[in-house]
Amino acid sequence: MRYIEPHGHMVSRTTDDYQAMVLAGCAAICEPAFWAGFDRKSADGFYDYFCQLTQHEPKRAAKYGLPHYSWLCINPKESEDMALAADVLALVPEFLKAPTVLGIGEIGLNKNTRNEMKVLEQHIALAVQYDQMILVHTPHLEDKRKGTRLIMDCLKANGVVKPERVIIDHVEEHTIHEVLDQGFWAGITLYPESKATPVRAIDMIESVSAQRVWLNSACDWGHSDPLSVPKAAQEMRRRGHSATAIDNLVYGNPVKFLSQNSRFKAPAAQA
Amino acid sequence: MSTPQPHPGAPARTREQVADLHFMDARYKLLDLAAFLDRLDRASGGEDHRVRGLRAALPLLLEKDEGRVARILTLWSDPSIAPIEKADTKAASGVWPGLK
Repeated sequence: MRYIEPHGHMVSRTTDDYQAMVLAGCAAICEPAFWAGFDRKSADGFYDYFCQLTQHEPKRAAKYGLPHYSWLCINPKESEDMALAADVLALVPEFLKAPTVLGIGEIGLNKNTRNEMKVLEQHIALAVQYDQMILVHTPHLEDKRKGTRLIMDCLKANGVVKPERVIIDHVEEHTIHEVLDQGFWAGITLYPESKATPVRAIDMIESVSAQRVWLNSACDWGHSDPLSVPKAAQEMRRRGHSATAIDNLVYGNPVKFLSQNSRFKAPAAQA
Repeated sequence: MSTPQPHPGAPARTREQVADLHFMDARYKLLDLAAFLDRLDRASGGEDHRVRGLRAALPLLLEKDEGRVARILTLWSDPSIAPIEKADTKAASGVWPGLK
């Protein structure tokens, strides 16, 4: 089996995780910028983080034969501080020149505040200005449904963003249909407790046309599982899905979305 | 029990096959939930909004139509539509505190 991990926070993971993912069939990994678990005090912290994402982590992944790509932004949890957000946004264009950067992400909302909305609008404008794809983080738990709708309204209000170049991640049963109906891609994040389990994810896959859906583990510093994508593939196998259907979901779909940026090279084409 | 609805991406299967695959998983999760409610009974203090939300969702499990997960998630969701002025926490609790 081969698969793409299209959303994994590898800066939080060990080399054992890289090894296990490669052994499970991982062929490439994409890492969006996110919250470190604490608020950084200045843009300097983000400068170092962007260097880590664009320079150090690709080298670490390469030791396992794994292509590593990244997405850049200030995450919604630190977007309440508008001055910090402005300083970080000013750093992003320089890093967009790095050869493994695929776009702006993971942007979005956390608690659906006015400041988060303003910073989201600024990120969307930046993506349009630099013709970048967008990876969206939707809020957690009780804030997800409202936040997902606010984010989609914001993207549509921009008027220039093409929905097919946007993936709205962390969808669940109460948001996936709206996201797909509006033309966006949908990401199902597999977490042991919050978001979706592999079993629920495959239930969702069986209830929609899965042509614009990817699965990801978002493996980070919290309770998460870097092997959850192959575990979801195993759940599909148990239910009698064909090898082609599984490959389309865990490999073909992310390749299709990510290949809209010519910097992304489908791993099969690299062999 | 509702009439089976065909899904676009699902291989055909019987309810017995589904039970063969997933019954034991659902069984232990239901027992874990019962044990959690028992544990709450043995503890002191009032009931917080998260547990109220959990109890409010239980009747939805017995509804006849498919879509129970989405209905429960919607029940627990913030129903408002406008951005809030400022957040007093970064974290979400799992159930909208305003749920009655």
